[in-house]
Amino acid sequence: MKTLLAHLTGLYGPSGKEEAVRQAIQQEIKDYVDEIHEDVMGNLIAVKKGNGSGRKVMLAAHMDQIGLIVTNIDENGFLRFSNIGGVSPFNVLHRRVVFQNGVTGAVSYETELEEIKNLKLNKMYIDIGAASREEAKKLVQIGDIAVYHAPMADRENRFFGCAMDDRAGCAVLVETIKAVKNSPNELFFVFTVQEEVGLRGARTSAYSINPDIGISLDVTITGDTPKSRPMAINLGDGPAVKVKDSSLICHPMVKNLMIQRAEEAGIPYQLEVLEAGGTDSGAIHLSREGVPSGVISIPCRYVHSAHEMVDKNDLENAVKLLTRILENEIA
Amino acid sequence: MAELLKRLTEARGVTGNEDEVRGIILELAAQSGAEVSVDRMGNVIARRPGRTGGKKIMLAAHMDEVGFIISSISENGMLKFKPVGGIDQRILLSKRVRIGKDGIPGVIGVKAIHLQEPSERNTVIKQKQMYIDIGAHSREEAQKVVEAGDYASFDSSFTPFGDNKVKAKALDDRAGCAILLELLKETYDFDLIACFTVQEEIGLRGAEVAAWHVEPDMAVVVEGTTCADIPDVPEHMYTTRMGMGPAISFMDHSSIADPKLFQQMVETAENHSIPYQIKEAIAGGNDAGSIQKSRGGVRTIVVSVPCRYIHSSSSVMDLNDYYNTIALVKEFLKGCETR
Amino acid sequence: MKEFLSELIEIPGVSGYEEQAARRIAREFSPYCDEVQTDSFFNVYGIKRGTAAQQASDRPKVMLAAHMDEIALMVRDIDDKGFIRFTNIGGVDQRILLAQEVTVHGRENLHGIIATVPPHLQAAEDSSKVVKMKDMSIDVGLPVKKVKERVRVGDLITFCSPLVTMQGSMVNGKSIDDRASVVMLTEVMKELDRLQYQAEVYCVATVQEEVGTRGAVISTYRTRPDIGIAIDVTHGETPDAAKEDTHAMDKGVVVCKGPNMHPGLTEKFLEVGKEYGLECQIGIAPRPTGTDARSIQISRSGVPTILLELPLRYMHTTVETLNLNHIKAGARHIALFIASLKEGWQEWLSY
Repeated sequence: MKTLLAHLTGLYGPSGKEEAVRQAIQQEIKDYVDEIHEDVMGNLIAVKKGNGSGRKVMLAAHMDQIGLIVTNIDENGFLRFSNIGGVSPFNVLHRRVVFQNGVTGAVSYETELEEIKNLKLNKMYIDIGAASREEAKKLVQIGDIAVYHAPMADRENRFFGCAMDDRAGCAVLVETIKAVKNSPNELFFVFTVQEEVGLRGARTSAYSINPDIGISLDVTITGDTPKSRPMAINLGDGPAVKVKDSSLICHPMVKNLMIQRAEEAGIPYQLEVLEAGGTDSGAIHLSREGVPSGVISIPCRYVHSAHEMVDKNDLENAVKLLTRILENEIA
Repeated sequence: MAELLKRLTEARGVTGNEDEVRGIILELAAQSGAEVSVDRMGNVIARRPGRTGGKKIMLAAHMDEVGFIISSISENGMLKFKPVGGIDQRILLSKRVRIGKDGIPGVIGVKAIHLQEPSERNTVIKQKQMYIDIGAHSREEAQKVVEAGDYASFDSSFTPFGDNKVKAKALDDRAGCAILLELLKETYDFDLIACFTVQEEIGLRGAEVAAWHVEPDMAVVVEGTTCADIPDVPEHMYTTRMGMGPAISFMDHSSIADPKLFQQMVETAENHSIPYQIKEAIAGGNDAGSIQKSRGGVRTIVVSVPCRYIHSSSSVMDLNDYYNTIALVKEFLKGCETR
Repeated sequence: MKEFLSELIEIPGVSGYEEQAARRIAREFSPYCDEVQTDSFFNVYGIKRGTAAQQASDRPKVMLAAHMDEIALMVRDIDDKGFIRFTNIGGVDQRILLAQEVTVHGRENLHGIIATVPPHLQAAEDSSKVVKMKDMSIDVGLPVKKVKERVRVGDLITFCSPLVTMQGSMVNGKSIDDRASVVMLTEVMKELDRLQYQAEVYCVATVQEEVGTRGAVISTYRTRPDIGIAIDVTHGETPDAAKEDTHAMDKGVVVCKGPNMHPGLTEKFLEVGKEYGLECQIGIAPRPTGTDARSIQISRSGVPTILLELPLRYMHTTVETLNLNHIKAGARHIALFIASLKEGWQEWLSY
């Protein structure tokens, strides 16, 4: 898990440019699935056929990560940018970022700003060390996207780095693909694109697949840090069975199934009520005539920062829980 | 050409009441030999079957414009209204509007400066406090010509402006509609389906329905987009620059351009020496957002004509940008024939 | 009618958890329609095949939609003393919550009260500060151990506020938004039984409206109607709201105009009202409405839609106040409109 996660989180993959992640995952899973293809939007869809008696299940984890997209290059070579997904000015301030071609830069801001609380992205820029527009344009073009430059680190069971959201979910799906044996269900593992900009990949792939059940794997916030916003989720206490977020209310049947499978196998789990934020199941459950859907969440501290932190046991228990769900009949 | 733009921009087509624009487009699209129909949402669908058929390419431009809807009539004959689409309330005072099917003239009035307290002069009047005056003296008199639910649009003529530019209301997106009408005159290998959509300004709703039943293989959206190359806007927030050619979007709030189509559009411009610019912002959204997410997904690209002061009574467009947009999309479509 | 409304508002039907309410509604629909269906999300479809089914080739399929779900609260955490922390499902005004009585739907139902600090302990300025929902808690009168045995994160909390009859035909209670319209669906079916009509009518009690018209998205996709009629509530006149934003409580149902509604169809609907002397008020919505009409209109290839609204005071509180006469009048209006859909109905939909 550690090697896989370090590999996946180290890859470049902001929304719309998920190629590297897609290729890596394809390499990892191709020998364990019956079919694999990429669709129009860039979603990677891998199928494990069932024995025909079960349901059609769509599993989703998103490959994309948040990023900074260059909108302008000024005459002195500074890059102005906009956000891809939920980027807080304070999370990116004075961070090192990296472009697809390996060019790195530092994020800073117009220091004439009197109050730092008024910091907005349009008062910020990326400095790639170029001395002029011409020099900068040799390295970076308008429309290029930078992501955090923060290789994964770990201590005991804790992993931290960028893009745990949602490469952690991708890693869980990859390990589940390897672990699942003899499922009665037809399993569509979808590594989705463009989740961070509005669940777009999940929406189109759910339409194409037309599943009976949807389950997505994503991270969720915790409430276990000093004076944090209240949230009854702790890092390391087990994967979370989502009850609701702002994109969906998980179908009671799917939620209860997750709880039942966790309890009968003694897998630790937590219940998640997320007040803001959404995930791929939000798009999946409204596809066509409706797809009963749920979410298994991986507790994660400092979501959307360069140092998202997850726990190894939560990841492994998520694989166990998901495998157990998929290997059994789904009512 | 100017005649077409004049006719389209002076027609009234506030979101939800695109009738007049739809009528003109139906007429002109039919004249160009396309098969035209109107769907249940009010979108105009103009098809030009291809020489070989097979592939379906959708073009989209929206017919609707921002404006107002009359919400009630006061006892003194003044009309209360609500904005339809995103309008800066600070641009509304002392503007002319046209109301309802018959285009009843009205003004958005404001108490004279002489009657204002000094402090009021620096206070923004909220849209909720504003009213439209049609010269009626009572509710009864007003009700003879206007009723709640009538739509009102800015009253602003199409005129030449400065150096090879034009001024009009609703260039967003009648410019796109005019361009689609031009493109419809040609026949390609593939089936070309030009969709003149409704309700873009309130959430890309017409395009969602149109894309559903057209089921295109790919789509090109033609927009009139923000151009803020004006004083006191920092250069990195210009978005586009007037006269620098059609703006190609890599991304906006509603969609990310298909990377291959983006590349193809840029190469088309370079290969044919058509001026172009990359839209330097991700602000705003457009019909591409709905089309790209339709069914199993549609490859989509957006090309825009830069227009200053959009969503106001007087927007400005450079005709060179307009013609270059036609040229660029035309060459792009030709390029799609061989791919 | 009042009895059904009274019973229905007391059945918990929180967005996403409508099964129990759906069962009751399906039972009520059953005698008045040809078939009742329930989908996997518990949208309930009461289907009437029409009295002139022989002309099946050229008759419209009409979908009526009224949502059955209600706003509520949900357990977010349980503190060390057994007080329950909560969040909202749907738009809840936090200012109405203090000292409200609730039912916590745990392993068993628990009666709860939203705790308040007594005035004696407050600083002078406290009473002019709004207490935020995140700082509130629910007391169920049990020690922490017993609370944790019975209640978990994610459990639902509904308000206790049964139907009360007021002066004349006015009533109040919780979740009249939009159970009153669900009651109206049954009244439409009864009215239709007295008429000759060709249309195929799907009366759909939808789920998850309060969290984004989600039930309407999937039920409209499934139904594929030619015409949509959404029924919901709108704001009734009160002294503290602008007159132009509200509607009279005794002047008929509100027919809504704006881009979200089909203009021709709305005109037809108003004409039918005039013909039969049914009083109506006009509402204006410049944007996609917050009702099921929002999603019905853009389903598949587009669905010409109209929106009918019942004036309701104090929306999203526990004392939502409604005029029962509007349910009857609206039902009759809709039924007469459906009966008027004869040959050539497609022309009404053209632009």
